[in-house]
Amino acid sequence: MQTGMNEIYNLSAEDKERLKLTGIEIDGSRRSGSFIQTDQNITHAPSSMDGIEMLPIAIALEKYPEIAEKYFWNIVSKDKDEYTRFVAETEEKNGPKGFVVIARKGSKNIMPLQACFFMLNEKVQTVHNIIIAEEGAEVHLITGCVSSAHKHEGEHYGITEFYIMKGATVSNTMIHTWGDNIEVHPRSSASVAENGTFLSNYVTLKPVRYIQMYPEAHLTGKNSVARFNSVVVAPKGSHLDLGQRAYLSAEGTSAELVARAITRGGTVISRSHIVGDAANTKGHIECKGLILEDGIIHAVPEIEGRVQNTELSHEAAVGKIAKDEIEYLMSRGLDEEEATATIIRGFLDVRIKGLPADLQKQIDAAIDAAESGF
Amino acid sequence: MLTIENLHVDIAGKEILHGIDLHIGEGETHVLMGPNGSGKTTLLRTILGFSGYTVTEGKIIFKGHDVTNLPLHQRARYGMGIMFQRPPTISGLKLGKLLETISGGKPEFVARHSNHMNMNEFLDRDINANFSGGEIKRSEVLQLMLQQPDFVMLDEPESGVDVENISLIGAAIARLLDKDRHIIHRHKSGLIITHTGHILDYLEADGGHVLCDGEIRCHGNAREILQMIKTKGYRECLECKQV
Repeated sequence: MQTGMNEIYNLSAEDKERLKLTGIEIDGSRRSGSFIQTDQNITHAPSSMDGIEMLPIAIALEKYPEIAEKYFWNIVSKDKDEYTRFVAETEEKNGPKGFVVIARKGSKNIMPLQACFFMLNEKVQTVHNIIIAEEGAEVHLITGCVSSAHKHEGEHYGITEFYIMKGATVSNTMIHTWGDNIEVHPRSSASVAENGTFLSNYVTLKPVRYIQMYPEAHLTGKNSVARFNSVVVAPKGSHLDLGQRAYLSAEGTSAELVARAITRGGTVISRSHIVGDAANTKGHIECKGLILEDGIIHAVPEIEGRVQNTELSHEAAVGKIAKDEIEYLMSRGLDEEEATATIIRGFLDVRIKGLPADLQKQIDAAIDAAESGF
Repeated sequence: MLTIENLHVDIAGKEILHGIDLHIGEGETHVLMGPNGSGKTTLLRTILGFSGYTVTEGKIIFKGHDVTNLPLHQRARYGMGIMFQRPPTISGLKLGKLLETISGGKPEFVARHSNHMNMNEFLDRDINANFSGGEIKRSEVLQLMLQQPDFVMLDEPESGVDVENISLIGAAIARLLDKDRHIIHRHKSGLIITHTGHILDYLEADGGHVLCDGEIRCHGNAREILQMIKTKGYRECLECKQV
C-alpha cells in the first residue's frame, strides 16, 4: 500500500468495489502515484517517477508561483459559466481543491498516475486540476470520479486544464461512477503545442441524474494531435449531455472524435465539433448509438471548415443491433442473449490509438472492471 | 444425417422454394448447383433456421429429430454449421474473442487452428472488418474448425479467393468433412453451393443436385452434372422437368 492511502483503505467493502469499478487501484500497486479527494479532504501518494510530480493544487500554487501566473484559470475561463464561477468563488473562500501534475522536460510514466474524486457525505464537491507536460514529456493519468453507494444526491463541479508543450503527450482516462440523483458539470480544456498529443478516454456506465460537459482541445502548435473517445451508457433516469470539441488552429493538426452511446431508457445527447481553421488539417468524427430499450440518443456531429485546405468528415449512426450480426453468432451456437451481450461488449470496446501496450492493458482492465458491473 | 421432405419456403410472403426433397447420409458430401436466384442460399439458410425464411409446408429432419421449428442456435448446438459467403462485420468484436467463445474457452485449441489457417495476425482485429475475400473464407473455416459441426453447409467457398488461399481453404474444408479419414470412419457430412466446381479439386462429392426456380431438377453424380452445366449451361436444366 502506498503511503497516504489510508483514507480509501478504510472505506466499506461496497465503496471499495465502486472505486475499483472506476479504475482506481485501492493499494496503488500498479499506479505511479495517487491523489484521493474525499469530499473536500485530500490524501495523496506522491509520484514515484523521476521528473513527474503530482501534488495538491493548494501546495502547487504556493510552491510554484508560475502556475498561478501561467496556468491557473488560463485555458478554462473563470467566467465561462455559472459552474466555473461557482468553483472560483469556492476557491476564494476555502482555497482550491484538486491536483496538479507537472511532468518535467523529457520525463515519462508508463504506469499511470491515478486521481480519485470520491463523494461521501457533503452535498457539493469542487475540483480544480492542472496537468502540465513540458517539452517531450509523456504522462498518463486515470481519473475516477465516484460517489459512495449510500450517497444518492450531490453535485460535482470539476475544472481541468491541460497544458501540453512541444512534443509532449498526455493521456487521461476518466471513468465516472455516480449515483442516480447526482449532477455533474466537468469543465475541461487542453492546449497542445507543436507535435504534442492529447488523448482523452471517457467512460460512464452507471446511473446518474445529469452529466453535462463539452471538453475541448485547442491544437495551437503545428502537427499536434487530439483524440477523444467516449463510451457511455444511459440507464433509465440518466440524462447525459456530452460533447467533444477540437480546434485545428495550426498547420498539420489533426483530431479524431469517437463516441459510443447506449441507452437503456435514458437520454444521451452526443455532441461533437471540429473546427478546421488552418491549412493541411484533418478531422474526423465517428458517433455510434445503440438503443437497447426505450430511450433517446441524439447525435449532433458538427464539422466547421474555415479555410480551404482542411479535410473534415463525420459519420453517425443510431439504431438497434443488426439482426444479421446476432444470427451470425447464433449460427456458431450462442443463444440470442449471449450473442447480444457479445455484440454490446464489442460495441463498447473502443481503443484509443497511440497508447503504450502496457498502459493500454491497464486501461482495458479498468474499463473491463467498469463494464463487468454493467 | 439430413433429410428434407417437401420443403416449401416463403420470403416476405412470396414462395421461393417449392417442395424440396433432399437426403444427405452420414459421411456424405453433396454439391448444390444452380443459376443465380434459384434459391440455393435460401435453402441453406432455411436448413439452419435464419429469420425471414418461413417454412409453410414440409419438414427438416436432422439426426432423426424434426428441427423445422427449432431456433437457430439450437440447430447449431445439435451439430449444424455454416460458412457464410458474405458474413457481417461486427464492430469492436475481435475475431480472437469469438474464437475463444466458440471453442468453449480453449486457448491452445484456438492457437493451434489459427496458426494452421494463417490467421494469427487477425485475432485482434474486428471480425470481418476490411478482410479480403480469402481472409473471410479463412476466418469462416477457422470458426468451423473450432465449432466442429457434424453437418457443414458452405456457401460458395471458392468465391473471391485468390490462388494462394484456395489450396489452404480447400484442404481445410476437406478435413472439416472428414475426407482425410477412411470412408468407414467418416462421419461428417456437407452441402456445398458451388458455381465453378473448383472445390471438387480438393474433395470428392458423393452427390450433386441442381436447383432451378426453387425446385430440384436433377440429382446425380456431381462431376457429371458440373460437366454438363459447363458445356450446356443451365438452359436445359431450366427446361428439364424430370427429377
